Amino acid sequence: MKKKFLSVLLVAAMTASLLAGCGSTADTGSADAGAADTATADAASEPATTEAGASDGGTFLIGGIGPLTGAAASYGLSVKQGAEVAIQEINEAGGVKVGDVTYTFAMQFEDDQATEDKAIQAYNTLMDQKINALLGTVTSGACLAIVDLTAEDGILQITPSGSAQDCAKNPNAFRICFTDPLQGVTMADYAVKDLGYKKIAVIFNNSDEYSTGIKDAFEAQVAANGGEIVASESFVKDDVDFNTQLTSIKGTDAEVIFVPAYYNDANYITKQAKDLGMSLPFLGSDGWDGVLGAVTDPTTVEGAVFLSPFFAAEDSELVKNFVSAYETAYGATPDQFAADAYDGVYVFKAAMEKAGSIESAAMIEAMPQITIDGLTGSGMSFTPEGEPNKGAKFITITNGEYTMK
Amino acid sequence: MNVLNSIIEQLINGLRTGSIYALIALGYTMVYGIAKMINFAHGDIIMVGAYILYVFVSLLHIPAIPAVLLTTMACAVLGVVIEKVAYKPLRKAQPLAVLITAIGVSFFLQNIIQLIFGATPIPFGSIIKIPAITLGSITISGITLVTLIVTTICMVSLTLFINKTKAGRAMRAVSEDKGAAELMGINVNGTISLTFFIGSALAAIAGILFICQYEALKPTLGALPGIKAFVAAVLGGIGSIPGAMLGGILLGVIESLSKAYISTQLSDAIVFGVLVLVLLVKPTGLLGKQRKEKV
Repeated sequence: MKKKFLSVLLVAAMTASLLAGCGSTADTGSADAGAADTATADAASEPATTEAGASDGGTFLIGGIGPLTGAAASYGLSVKQGAEVAIQEINEAGGVKVGDVTYTFAMQFEDDQATEDKAIQAYNTLMDQKINALLGTVTSGACLAIVDLTAEDGILQITPSGSAQDCAKNPNAFRICFTDPLQGVTMADYAVKDLGYKKIAVIFNNSDEYSTGIKDAFEAQVAANGGEIVASESFVKDDVDFNTQLTSIKGTDAEVIFVPAYYNDANYITKQAKDLGMSLPFLGSDGWDGVLGAVTDPTTVEGAVFLSPFFAAEDSELVKNFVSAYETAYGATPDQFAADAYDGVYVFKAAMEKAGSIESAAMIEAMPQITIDGLTGSGMSFTPEGEPNKGAKFITITNGEYTMK
Repeated sequence: MNVLNSIIEQLINGLRTGSIYALIALGYTMVYGIAKMINFAHGDIIMVGAYILYVFVSLLHIPAIPAVLLTTMACAVLGVVIEKVAYKPLRKAQPLAVLITAIGVSFFLQNIIQLIFGATPIPFGSIIKIPAITLGSITISGITLVTLIVTTICMVSLTLFINKTKAGRAMRAVSEDKGAAELMGINVNGTISLTFFIGSALAAIAGILFICQYEALKPTLGALPGIKAFVAAVLGGIGSIPGAMLGGILLGVIESLSKAYISTQLSDAIVFGVLVLVLLVKPTGLLGKQRKEKV
């Protein structure tokens, strides 16, 4: 008797869930109307768009994915905030005119904790929200997990800082930052040709595409430039002890240590190197940006040089305006991730205007034809393969401050 | 000469990590010896210890030495409370239920800390400010010296405590035969509480040394050292106190040397490979005693 009751209950539950399924399908059908409503709500203060309707105004919804918590949280927060500054600027200037429709930007940002599985979840959540374009992900590993999904959906994807080679392998994906191999080559040229180092040690994260990508290109280019890699030591994600690797390097005649890794790793490595009484200078990749916020003693990173596309104290009108807007809004100095995201939003704007449409396919088509003067490079343009053309900047840590050579 | 220096320095690195493993492994092994359970929340006591120290030193501005003592006490009490709340009601339950409860406590501690302090790593400067010393061309950092000295003191005093005091004898008796010990008038519950108290205090000390070494707090910082220390306890023979010390130090040294001279990527595989080999040859671990099942 009890069993019968239970099965009736189960059947009822299943029927209910089926009906609920129907309900949500119907909802999706009218999602456009929903989006228009949001537009009205968002832009209620804008006189031009107070009258609802997709014909004379709409929202271009940017989906953002990046780590807001976890070890790489600083990158995700920067990207989110940098994009918000750009969105506010564009909306305050009257939005983006595409044909006779004016769009305002809105953004929904999802946390992926820099992990593959969370990134996929975040992407699915955003697609359910009917985003128009994707700004993300922030870290390479997570980005590689979703590149094929975004390609399948054909959505325009711009990763502000996903630097692994394959992050932009699909025709729908573009990036604002440098690729890992390009960073490795640039740093190798700088280390050997400009700084004159001949014997170089490397500590890299063997479980991270970003780190291995830079390291492989760096080592090849150092050799090509006549330098020598005297030690190539690896570690894995979440390692906190680098004494063994550093001790091995100490036993070599290395003149400099190159650490293509994120700032948390750099923090452990530089601190432990100092504890071991090592005074070798450090070179870093762009993941070092933010390292001064993580170290307990800034002298451990004194003299370190890393590559960055953006420098907050740069003497340019665009950078100054951005930095002051960012500081007013968030009380912090923006880093390169914020700048990459800011440029990313302006790239969306340029692509919309060039394409005369907000359809991803048309915007993707327009991408190689646009040129923008961004924070991370003036006259930045894109190759059809998704790579940016722009110059690099080298940041040195001097007296506990970032300075630009 | 250079090679020799390098080997000595790598050995010192191994000793330092190994002695922290040993300190943690002692907690596993004592609890196993007496309560016959694997306390998987033990690794998280290390993490809680690190956070408590941070609260005392950075937020409440308590001087280093009282802060260390308070942290150790707080963790020891936490260990006893966990035992009373989570494990004691399950004393008669099957081992699996206790094991799952321990994992639950581990998650509970991690998540409660994440709720309070967030998941973003918090930089926290070392409270041990001793300069490195240089012997010839070998440099030993201040924290390494402190770690080696503190762990040696802890191990020696624990050994003396277990072997020379009445409470220590009670612990050994309970570990040998709980029922008989009770019949002899030993307070079994009190002895188990004492075991958790000492084990958690040792974990707190390990946590303090750990955080002074690595200077970044995160809710999962206890997980990996916890697992490694568990392996060390099994390697040395779980239930055996000298075994935990030997296992911990051996593990640290093998890890360091294989990282330095074989491969950084294979070091974990080598460490666990050694464990498998030891268990194949001697299933009770290096210093574990074969006990006959009483019928």
